[in-house]
Amino acid sequence: MHIMEGFLPHPWWEIWFAISLPVVAYGVYKMNQLVKEQRDSLPLLAVAGAFIFVLSSLKLPSVTGSCSHPTGTGMGAILFGPWITSVLATIVLVYQALFLAHGGLTTLGANVFSMGIAGPIVGYLVYKAAMGSRLNLYLAVFLAAMLADWATYLVTSIQLALAFPAATGGFLASFKAFALVFAVTQVPLAIVEGAVTALMFKYIFQLRSDVLLRLKVITPATVSRMKEASL
Amino acid sequence: MKLEYITLAVVLVFFAAFAYVSSTGNHEWGGADGEAENVIADLTGGSYQPWFQSIYEPPSGEIESLLFGLQAAIGSIIIGYFLGYYRAMAKIKAQAGPDGKDEGLNAHPAR
Repeated sequence: MHIMEGFLPHPWWEIWFAISLPVVAYGVYKMNQLVKEQRDSLPLLAVAGAFIFVLSSLKLPSVTGSCSHPTGTGMGAILFGPWITSVLATIVLVYQALFLAHGGLTTLGANVFSMGIAGPIVGYLVYKAAMGSRLNLYLAVFLAAMLADWATYLVTSIQLALAFPAATGGFLASFKAFALVFAVTQVPLAIVEGAVTALMFKYIFQLRSDVLLRLKVITPATVSRMKEASL
Repeated sequence: MKLEYITLAVVLVFFAAFAYVSSTGNHEWGGADGEAENVIADLTGGSYQPWFQSIYEPPSGEIESLLFGLQAAIGSIIIGYFLGYYRAMAKIKAQAGPDGKDEGLNAHPAR
């Protein structure tokens, strides 16, 4: 999902910065608030950030014969919501832009939007909807993480298509071309990410369901339901 | 343990698919990010030039994989540390008995 350095022309790179910057700024504010008010959620915050670090460093081969990487943002989105997750994702993207020449500083705004904002928003909404319809907790996490991952790559395709509309067929034709590269390759990866995130979430749930309750990730009803399910 | 098995199965299927695709033809296994670059070249007839270059590029593939490995290692350490911490805390709590109000837990409250 990294749009390479210099590959977004004017005015697009400015537009994505203008959208992402306030979100990340508000995310920093929310994060400070969280750290101040709920000290015991700090380790989970570190774990959510570290999870993004690990998953986004793994370039996995896909069925299309090319490699791509998961995003790891679903976990953060479920635990802390999209605002705070946008900050965590930004840290990773800056690291990769500075040291790995993956993504770039000029395309940071766009990359933060796809991986740090759009993906987490989708993940968060999917999780809330799934919990609202009383799905199994781990299944809800699976769906949320999978769709957050996939949405990220769809959004990257949209961003590139907007910046580079095809001469014939315009935005749609170009979106199809980019989605073929990104979205199709990402399907198996997104499924793996969903499964791994669900497993990770299981351990967190088993060890610190009290913090999850306080963060309003789960309700007491979820806890009693999960006791019966025993996955 | 059920979820562990399900996750393991998903990962195995993933790598089986990789092995299968690998055996069925020549694939470059290049990055999708780089392939998007080719799509841009196709769409613009090769006329688009990136207007900014990365200020630092890993000098070789080895160094790049070192940095990616570091990224994964840093993340793994943090996850392992805190999950281990949580696990030990849970154990101390269980040993302290059902009331959980003894010194074992409260002498070192979770930050």
